Amino acid sequence: MTAAPIHVAGERLMLDPAGVLHWPARRTLVVADLHLEKGSSFAAAGRFLPPYDTRETLERLALLLRRWRPVRIIALGDSFHDRGGAARLPLAEAEALRRMLAGLEMVWVLGNHDPDPPEGLPGLAAEEFTDGRLVFRHQALPPASRFATQPGAEISGHFHPKATMATRAGGITRPCFLADGRRVMLPAFGAFTGGLDVRDPAIADLFPRGARAFLLGRERLFSMPTGPCRMPAVPAPAAPFA
Amino acid sequence: MGTLPELFAAWFAGRGWTPRPHQLALLRAAAAGDSALLIAPTGGGKTLAGFLPSLVTLHRTPRPPGPGALHTLYISPLKALAVDIARNLMAPVEDMGLPIRIETRTGDTPQNRRARQKDDPPHILLTTPESLELLLSQPEAGEFFGGLGAVVVDEIHALAGSKRGDQLALGLARLGRLAPAARRVGLSATVAWPEPLRAFLSPSGRAGDVRLVQVRGGAPPELSITLPEGRLPWGGHMGLASMPEVYRRIREAGVTIVFVNTRAQSELCFQALWRLNDDNLPIALHHGSLTVEQRRKVEAAMAAGKLRAVVATASLDLGIDWGNVDQVIQVGAPKGVARLLQRVGRANHRMDEASRAILVPANRFEVIECTAALEAVRHGELDGDPPRPGGLDVLAQHVLAMACHAPFHPDEFFAEVTRAAPYATLSRRDFDDVVRFVEDGGYALKVYERFRKLFRDAEGLVHVRDTRVARQLRMNLGTIVETPLIKVRLRGGPVLGEVEEWFVSTLVAGDCFIFAGQTLRFEALDAMSAVVSRGGEGDPRVPAYAGSRLPLSTWLAARVREILHDPRKWRLLPQPVRDWLRLQQKQSALPEKDGMLVETFPRGSRWFMVAYCFEGRLAHQTLGMLVTKRMERLGFGPLGYLATDYVLATWSAFEPTDVAQFFEEDILGEELEEWMAESSMLRRTFRNIATIAGLLEKNYPGQEKRPRQMTMNADLIYDVLRKHEPDHVLLRATRQEAAGGLTDVARIGLVLARAKGRIKHMALDRVSPLAVPALIEEGREWVAGGAEDALLAEAEAMVDDVTGGAEAFSGLLAEVTEAVRVRAGIVDKPRHRERRPRNARFIRTAPRGVTGA
Repeated sequence: MTAAPIHVAGERLMLDPAGVLHWPARRTLVVADLHLEKGSSFAAAGRFLPPYDTRETLERLALLLRRWRPVRIIALGDSFHDRGGAARLPLAEAEALRRMLAGLEMVWVLGNHDPDPPEGLPGLAAEEFTDGRLVFRHQALPPASRFATQPGAEISGHFHPKATMATRAGGITRPCFLADGRRVMLPAFGAFTGGLDVRDPAIADLFPRGARAFLLGRERLFSMPTGPCRMPAVPAPAAPFA
Repeated sequence: MGTLPELFAAWFAGRGWTPRPHQLALLRAAAAGDSALLIAPTGGGKTLAGFLPSLVTLHRTPRPPGPGALHTLYISPLKALAVDIARNLMAPVEDMGLPIRIETRTGDTPQNRRARQKDDPPHILLTTPESLELLLSQPEAGEFFGGLGAVVVDEIHALAGSKRGDQLALGLARLGRLAPAARRVGLSATVAWPEPLRAFLSPSGRAGDVRLVQVRGGAPPELSITLPEGRLPWGGHMGLASMPEVYRRIREAGVTIVFVNTRAQSELCFQALWRLNDDNLPIALHHGSLTVEQRRKVEAAMAAGKLRAVVATASLDLGIDWGNVDQVIQVGAPKGVARLLQRVGRANHRMDEASRAILVPANRFEVIECTAALEAVRHGELDGDPPRPGGLDVLAQHVLAMACHAPFHPDEFFAEVTRAAPYATLSRRDFDDVVRFVEDGGYALKVYERFRKLFRDAEGLVHVRDTRVARQLRMNLGTIVETPLIKVRLRGGPVLGEVEEWFVSTLVAGDCFIFAGQTLRFEALDAMSAVVSRGGEGDPRVPAYAGSRLPLSTWLAARVREILHDPRKWRLLPQPVRDWLRLQQKQSALPEKDGMLVETFPRGSRWFMVAYCFEGRLAHQTLGMLVTKRMERLGFGPLGYLATDYVLATWSAFEPTDVAQFFEEDILGEELEEWMAESSMLRRTFRNIATIAGLLEKNYPGQEKRPRQMTMNADLIYDVLRKHEPDHVLLRATRQEAAGGLTDVARIGLVLARAKGRIKHMALDRVSPLAVPALIEEGREWVAGGAEDALLAEAEAMVDDVTGGAEAFSGLLAEVTEAVRVRAGIVDKPRHRERRPRNARFIRTAPRGVTGA
């Protein structure tokens, strides 16, 4: 496994091909869009998806905790698929999650799927979380907002970015990080999470000068520039994203 | 009954007809209350035979209107056919003034008419399997079908063995309970396996309970083979070299159907014909990716006699009877005898006149295949696979539908289901697991109990939870799952049809391609469609469709082997083909009838191995994967492989020696299993099964974008389920369908068994005459136009980068052609599996050849 270092706002951040970001200076692991209990959320609507998504997501997260040994985790929102998600956690999974978080500083940035702090779980809940020159939020702010005057850089999730690399056999699509000098957008980490193409105006408009996409591979990342050019304008799909 | 009433006899006489023996045989069966299967060639008055007993009964004992009026239910695989039959049936009813009302009910029937039909059903209702299932899921189904006297299933051979057939069989089993007195009539084209069809129709699931009425003969079809002028092509499947000859035949005949094997081929042939069309003959195009309106327009023009020819794919194999088609031209090898006959039967729908058909092989191998097919037709032999067991996904849908109809008792319901022939061997465990799946997902981890859709009462009856469940079911009913397609829309104009998304993903603005009979320039992808404009420069490409090419049937393959092996049979073949085979005989050897010829030779800086297996492209595709894996392990450094219907060719860094070791039967063991689990074929199968079973929502073509949280990626679910509950009923259903339903794995077994101890290895110093078509194929399949070369070469480096060299290229291709979905401008793809060895990365096969096998 090879993580890719990038520098934003004077900070060195490591992009892990598993789809998480590590900030060595603060021993902080950042993960976006866990969407825990998405399976049971669908079940309530009559589609019995396999009830193993939470288990799967947590197992993968546990692996990364062993790899990076952080002292703090920041979850960038949509950690649960819906408001009732934390309450629906099966006993074993709730237990595993609490064990995993024991001794760690936990920050739950709130997202559109989980606007309330998760019930019965340790940690700090916040709309936004700032540490030094980095601000962590669920959804990136548009360029023409207070973002324009803010110092430092923004780390966000929400959009589930995916990118397609053209090959002679057609495109190959993977979840990806998306970064320019002032923003890093993380791919979704949850087991059942789909994605949105980075050329979609909803994402592309956030990177008016283009960005670099880091597509997730098994052992490493594959990077390519995504130009300021984007797909022809269509009505932007309304958030929220799954 | 059993004889024709006066009124009917007079009607027949008035038209100068006499009732045919099989029509009377069906009358007798009906009089005895027996079900009957009528197998007859097209044009035998089959449909009238099916309805005659009902007309007679309703004439003798008219039914008053009201809820119990429905006497005869007619089910056809095509909406259009139901509508057409209704129209044809009106003629005798009106002529004789019979007190009979005839109506159709399909997906197109307006809501108010459906509601009216519920209270005031017609005497004869014509419908499709899907609409029948919907009717059966209604609480009032018992009353509606209670008075049913007969069920007529048309084109039953086209339904049995498919998922729609499974659904129909289950529906018939339910009708057997609602209306036990109703007899059944099946109408079928000539098939190789009448017994499973009888069982399919039977109320008990046993073939013996159904009378078999078989009409033999009719005039035998007049078949001939036409070769292109000049040189006979070595390779290629499009048959374009023969278009001048095809055009000449069109000009000389009244009305012609030109059947081709793929949609891409239909586009190319259509263009080629129009380039030759100096007489401006009305020649049209018909294939499954054109819009429905476009297809209806062509069909209507054909019916009205306004066309001289239509270039068509399997989209016209079935369908309404035009009656005025003078000849059928089959371009490219027919791939199966039954299929050829079905197509030939589209010409001249009158039984006593011979159908005329011309076969136009595209290359030398196809000449042999066409000859083999002709021989088979001459001897009245048929092929085709018997129906496979019913799918558990269809059963899951049916369980919920029947729960919506009325509470059921599992024991009785199980007994009912197993009376449907496709489910005769269903195990109680599978049945119970399917019911549990419908109930709450049926997972080992019991966390969805409070979301249950079904509940059991104190008496053991199973009820559906609420009306919301029923509504959801009715939205998702049906067994046809669309592949991810994207619309092609003219800028500021209409939608022309649909192409597979992966093809669009290979286009950049300015590229041009041939579709719907025109050359189009790709402009951009918007949320719903690929926007194109007319015209464009450069070499146009042709959209290909994964899995659209049928593999050679086992049976026809055996006949091809026989001809090749036996020089005495060569007199059937044209001179150039004979010369070719003689050359092969001299320079290498002929493939054995039993056993297997394997050639190895150097070419360029590579070593080629060509195995003459003759088991069809799909089987060879999988075999190629397994054989190269074995070569890899043994250190031969395989670089790639290619599968055609006839041969498997591999190329490697080192000379393959002791070739028998690559074809040992144990390659079907663990390596196969491991590969199957990862294969895109299984993923695609799972996606369909999960959709039909109700786990995933169906995609409705043309539907507005759904909220994104409602969309679900089947591949992610497959991965999670496989890891945490590999024995779940949906995965069992997936494996069963992939391994048992698709015959290619069984056919690999045949190859290996035949090869055992009987491999004839010819170590040559250069390519053999018989191997040339396969090696040409590599180029033919890969590069459609010169301009593509640069594009491909450039992207190759990127593939490597993306995959870190860790993935076999063929694996990528399989996914790109099959697993990509576009939804509103979002290209969504499964995460990749990287388990392939680094040095296998040059393995590649052609996009169209990769169908997951």
